[in-house]
Amino acid sequence: MAQLKTTPLNTIHRSLGAKMVDFGGWDMPVQYPSGIISEHNTVRQKVGLFDVSHMGEIRVKGKQALAFLDWLTPNSVTKLNINQIHYSGLLTEKGTFVDDFLLHKISDEDFLLVVNASNIEKDFDWIKKHAQQWDVEIINESDTTGQVALQGPRSLDVLQTLVDIDLSQIKYYWFAFGNFKGMPTMIARTGYTGEDGFEVYCPSEKTEWVWNEIMESGKSHELIPTGLGCRNTLRLEAKMALYGHEINDEITALEADMGWIVKLQKGDFLGREALQKQKDDGVTRILVGFKMAEKRDIARDHMPVVEDGKQIGFVTSGAPSATLGFNLGLALVPTRLKEVGTMINIEIRGRACPAEVIPTPFYKRVK
Amino acid sequence: MYPADLKYTLNHEYIKPLGDGTAIMGITSYAQEALGDVVFVELPEIGGSFDAGDEIGTVESVKTVSEYFMPTNGDVAEINSELEAHPEYVNEDPYGKGWFVKIKLNGDINSDLMDATAYENHVASESH
Repeated sequence: MAQLKTTPLNTIHRSLGAKMVDFGGWDMPVQYPSGIISEHNTVRQKVGLFDVSHMGEIRVKGKQALAFLDWLTPNSVTKLNINQIHYSGLLTEKGTFVDDFLLHKISDEDFLLVVNASNIEKDFDWIKKHAQQWDVEIINESDTTGQVALQGPRSLDVLQTLVDIDLSQIKYYWFAFGNFKGMPTMIARTGYTGEDGFEVYCPSEKTEWVWNEIMESGKSHELIPTGLGCRNTLRLEAKMALYGHEINDEITALEADMGWIVKLQKGDFLGREALQKQKDDGVTRILVGFKMAEKRDIARDHMPVVEDGKQIGFVTSGAPSATLGFNLGLALVPTRLKEVGTMINIEIRGRACPAEVIPTPFYKRVK
Repeated sequence: MYPADLKYTLNHEYIKPLGDGTAIMGITSYAQEALGDVVFVELPEIGGSFDAGDEIGTVESVKTVSEYFMPTNGDVAEINSELEAHPEYVNEDPYGKGWFVKIKLNGDINSDLMDATAYENHVASESH
């Protein structure tokens, strides 16, 4: 087995008693001693700190950076303001996903893509391969960049005392440059939990210090370290996609119910032709959210959706929801089953278990 | 580290003989820790008769699901219905409030079961 990659916070996780797992080749904390449910609820009600240093940072710079990214990706890069962020995908010609990412616009000639850890090399190669005809420079800054995500309603209070920028002035999906106790940093009001929060970027070698400073500042706000286990249940409640589950190189952006990042009117982009055709023809399968009818039935990733004994779809993610108190999930099903209120059956250990299609996101914070 | 008055299976169930022809079974502290937060325990029907090694239910945690098995021959005499409202007892107190099933023993307790020391070695070998 290949050696697992580690983040600069590996020693800290171990000293905190984290349970470590192999997450896409990275040695990451799935939970700390308090456990997934407690960590999940703490992020919803108070505040939690995640190590997300494994995430990749790829910078696209140069005279044609804006035009290149607008062609490479489906969302409208020309509409993005300086210091604004949007969600988007790297799509194949078929409109399926190489990866999803957050695009940060620093200037017309300088953009930062934050991509999934397990896809860093693939994404970098993909972008580079398509950049050959463009006047741009592609830089992989993943190894030198650390990142922590402070998530939950008390995030602003915890972080504000450490930085010289007014965090209340940063809107959701915007970012700012400032100083974290004197260290230059980038702070984005983003996250993968459906909760308010901030993602703090720093040089790798400063990550431990940043983590410790935030933990210290958070003491009076009941801040706890939170792991990938609750990150998954939190993002699922907020219906945020996870690469390898809701999206992959066989699922198109329209099938993943992400029409909102596919700007067919903006002009040519990679995957546009296939997606335009799929839109005209109508998608044959689509991602829906469901709620299991019975408390004892918990749908899990990859379980089949069945009808008259035949498989007609599959669960992309499923889990018990700590916030809502029922078992929920996302599934790719034939489009005819997408209406809210439709009953579907999920096969759990050989038994067809009823579930109801319900509106998503399952959880939306009150602003 | 594992209670000396219990016997253990390779699959991380424990059994606690009560001396009156019955025994309590559940999953070990190692098992509950590996599963993480337990959210549901599927329990067998009272009166059911099983052989050692028969699957008798499942334990669902936030992350995953796992089957559990009858540690010895016997009938289901009682089930811990408290777990329906309090699945977290499995994590908090696996040998006490988190028990699963009371078994009416059918013959002697399975001689393949491990004592605490042997089980501890088994756990050590599995976690490396």
